[in-house]
Amino acid sequence: MAGHSEKVDSATLWGGNGSPFRLSYGKQWMWFFLVSDALTFGGLLCTYGYFRHQYGDWPVGEEVFNAMPFLGNGFPLLYVALMTFILIVSSVTMVLAVEAGHRLDKKAVIKWLTLTVIGGAFFVGSQAWEWYHFIHGSHYGVILTPELMNDGWASIREVAGGGFSLDYGHGQMITDPALVSQYMAEPLGAIQGANMIENEYAPMIPQFGNLFFFITGFHGFHVLSGVVINLIILINVKKGVYDERGHFEMVEKVGLYWHFVDLVWVFVFTFFYLV
Amino acid sequence: MLRDDLDLDNEYALSANHDEEHGRVLRKKIWKVTAILTAITIVEVITGGSIKQYYDGVPNDSWWMIKWGFIILTLVKAGYIVLSFMHLGDERKNFKYMILVPYTLFIVYLIFHLFTEAAYWGEIIHH
Repeated sequence: MAGHSEKVDSATLWGGNGSPFRLSYGKQWMWFFLVSDALTFGGLLCTYGYFRHQYGDWPVGEEVFNAMPFLGNGFPLLYVALMTFILIVSSVTMVLAVEAGHRLDKKAVIKWLTLTVIGGAFFVGSQAWEWYHFIHGSHYGVILTPELMNDGWASIREVAGGGFSLDYGHGQMITDPALVSQYMAEPLGAIQGANMIENEYAPMIPQFGNLFFFITGFHGFHVLSGVVINLIILINVKKGVYDERGHFEMVEKVGLYWHFVDLVWVFVFTFFYLV
Repeated sequence: MLRDDLDLDNEYALSANHDEEHGRVLRKKIWKVTAILTAITIVEVITGGSIKQYYDGVPNDSWWMIKWGFIILTLVKAGYIVLSFMHLGDERKNFKYMILVPYTLFIVYLIFHLFTEAAYWGEIIHH
């Protein structure tokens, strides 16, 4: 870092005999790879935006994602906020590992890189739970009724004193027991959970499930490969591969990849869950 | 064979090494950025959990402000991650702009085209 920003006139800089960016090949190409990967994710998120824009009506994130492990429903955004926090923290431990590498402090690199791997594993595990929950759906799923709200699709909710109510989303409910049991006895259709063909969160928008699976799945695959790559570099650090080189730039390069994974999640978090 | 390009490569990597004192300054900066990112995420979650897009089925008219607030906060977070955690802010200016400018231009172009097209098809399908 420090050495990269010193003043050099452009004739020397671009005159050959060295990188015009004063960067090593490995780091420069890691950046180029990240730009191409960012184009892939940018394309996917723009596709998400395309369908959202086209349909106009779109499920509200906090109504869909409001479950916590062991605690059930009623916790809007809390679980995904926790996941986001875990990923940010693992990004911080990674940047601390890179900083320790610049001081050739091998012990500290091992400590921070280990914590990064653990944080990443936690995130992948959380995403697995999120998927499990998304695929299995709510306890009773949704049914199709002859109502105009939400195109007739309602979630079945248990009422505290026994019996059920119908939740049409956006705070619209039918609580009249006679009407509820009539609709539940002869539903015009029913969906529970989500797959590539239909989903209970947006019964009229199959793309909602598809985009969720594709985008969070592609991101989760990146996290998983990031954990594996970090692990490989951690083993190399332990074996003393980088002591011989006199620098820990490999840690910095995998760090770039890891921060990129965090960066993508920041956008996924906003567009899938917040807005 | 003499590979002076590899020697040079190694030199670039070595130039990133720093001493204990500089490390202390950097760590302080890292914790500061961590605090900012955490604070932004907490604000986002509290806002998202307390302000609804719909009240009893009626759309919240001021939701667009919240939405744009989220998008701006996201871009701020992204800026901190790229410029500070990924150290792009510390690289040479020519490299920084080579990474950021073409990408930003292309994505803005893509968003414009896709959203225009989506709005057009939305009109045809729903009306």
